[in-house]
Amino acid sequence: MSHPSKAAEFLKDQAKSHWHDETLWFVRDKRDKISKSIPEWENLRTLASGLKDYVLNNLDTLLLDFEANAKKNGIHVHWAVDAEEHNQIVHSILEKHDCKAIVKSKSILTEECHLNPYLEKRGVEVVDTDLGERIVQFLQQPPSHIVLPAIHLKKGDISKIFHEKLQTEKGNEDPTYLTHAARLHLREKFLKAKVAITGVNFGVAETGEFVVCTNEGNADMGVHLADVHIACMGIEKIIPRRKDLGVFLRLLARSATGQPITNYNSHFRSPEPGKEIHIVLLDNGRTRQLARDKFKNSLKCIRCGACMNTCPIYRRSGGYSYGSTVPGPIGSILSPGIDVKKYSTLPFASTLCGSCSDVCPVKINIHEQLYEWRQEITKANPDLAKGMSMKMASGIFTSPLAYKISGNLMRKSLKALPKSIIYNPLNVWGKERDLPNPPKESFKEWYKKNRP
Amino acid sequence: MSSRDQIIQAIQKVKSDNKTLPEIPEFRVPEDLLATFILSIEGNKGQVVSKEDFQSWLEEKGYLKILSNSERLEVSNLQILPSDPHELAELELAILDGQWASAENGAIWLDDTQLRLRAIPFITEHLVITIPESNILGNMHQAYDKIGAAHSGFGVFIAGPSKTADIEQSLVIGAHGAKSLTVVIV
Repeated sequence: MSHPSKAAEFLKDQAKSHWHDETLWFVRDKRDKISKSIPEWENLRTLASGLKDYVLNNLDTLLLDFEANAKKNGIHVHWAVDAEEHNQIVHSILEKHDCKAIVKSKSILTEECHLNPYLEKRGVEVVDTDLGERIVQFLQQPPSHIVLPAIHLKKGDISKIFHEKLQTEKGNEDPTYLTHAARLHLREKFLKAKVAITGVNFGVAETGEFVVCTNEGNADMGVHLADVHIACMGIEKIIPRRKDLGVFLRLLARSATGQPITNYNSHFRSPEPGKEIHIVLLDNGRTRQLARDKFKNSLKCIRCGACMNTCPIYRRSGGYSYGSTVPGPIGSILSPGIDVKKYSTLPFASTLCGSCSDVCPVKINIHEQLYEWRQEITKANPDLAKGMSMKMASGIFTSPLAYKISGNLMRKSLKALPKSIIYNPLNVWGKERDLPNPPKESFKEWYKKNRP
Repeated sequence: MSSRDQIIQAIQKVKSDNKTLPEIPEFRVPEDLLATFILSIEGNKGQVVSKEDFQSWLEEKGYLKILSNSERLEVSNLQILPSDPHELAELELAILDGQWASAENGAIWLDDTQLRLRAIPFITEHLVITIPESNILGNMHQAYDKIGAAHSGFGVFIAGPSKTADIEQSLVIGAHGAKSLTVVIV
């Protein structure tokens, strides 16, 4: 299904989609306020972007350094070319430890690999422990936002599913009450799990350590109680030095939710005595994206979600309209790199206003890459509807006579046509839009009458 | 060919530019570090108290199951540190010493030396961290300068209590970890 048709689904509940729009704008506003409280904010963005430039141009040596140092620290390092191999590696570690139940903290990478269904099919119970992720897991949905996984749901929805799954009081929608019910439920899971899986925010080549950031403390609750910690990391998450974390940690939470830092920022360097740490380094199309000169910068992403919160399309169409693991503007430039056919409508789900690039903490030129993807996709599929209308327009603009005639026609028809022709269900574009009042005459006609 | 070699070779095939590794300059820090630090912790929904206030706070709360690794605070009737963190499931209060703190965001650094068991600050119902005023630094860059060379198996910046806003963006304190953070200036 295309982005426009899924967006139409989301817009059916107008009150909810309006709330979604306003709430994400509120988060964006918090990001603006806190970024302005740091005089060196723009310097930090430039620095972070420069550091990531260095990473993308030295990825091989940084990864090998990371591996060597991590091994020195007693961490098991695995490499996976694709999702299938990643899932096999994780499952083989679980089998070795005869583990049938795991706790997992928020990891977009394991979503990307569809790890949960892979493990569940093999008889492993997977419990997502981030509150928002647990909620969507109960509903058998994927996250709709990479930082705010349940932002598409209202507390009524959550109260209902908690009543069903956790036996909370029927109709009690109090967020504190519901959160504490989840706390008790998940504590039981934390205390029983022998293996915990986390994502990775940053891997440090210099030290072989990796950093995981959460506000809930769920990653730490999982790994420090379990015997085995499996950390799943995309190869682009490498940074050169420990001190570079200073730059990235100052940017990440401020960009994501407008808070000065996440409350827990854990640095894992070697396992606790008697325990194991495994790290799985995943490619899954990242080296292909690296080879595309126009799009390689998309790999700088630190997954803060700021581009989603600011995007006029994302806010109004919801995360599911994208149909990709990472939605929003950054998802629309990453996903076509994975499957250009499946995600061909995503680069068009943008006004190209550039707000995403303006808020990006690592200065990815997101809107320019959206434009570039449109060129690639239109070249590959000349029959695309939007491509056709563009062609018509280019015919009109290149012939002066055609331009004059069509202008006259348009001014008359805008006045005469009934609105039903413009606002009919076949015209997706006409939804939520109003046409301008047509002027009586064109500038050319006006100039002829009024020239001195 | 191993997956490792396949990935490394795929990267090496891509033409790379010789980018230089940027140096991180020194940024100006707030003048009143303590005041900024207190504001940051309060913004993160924690509280900051003096050593004297801490004693009366502790008496008032009346916690029964307390674990302390602190060398800076005197507390009596403590639990003994277990070898298995699961035994701390009912722990009401943990008291730990922080190494360094960053005023700009309230982040306090602790590593294996202070934690002794890594689960402690997360599994406890309430958390107290001590920090000497002289160990409060300006920002994260200064904090990493201090801890850069230290080698610990695990280290963490803690900046507040466990929190979530996953239900309609309503802030709730005490998601999975500590329901409160009290920082004691010593």
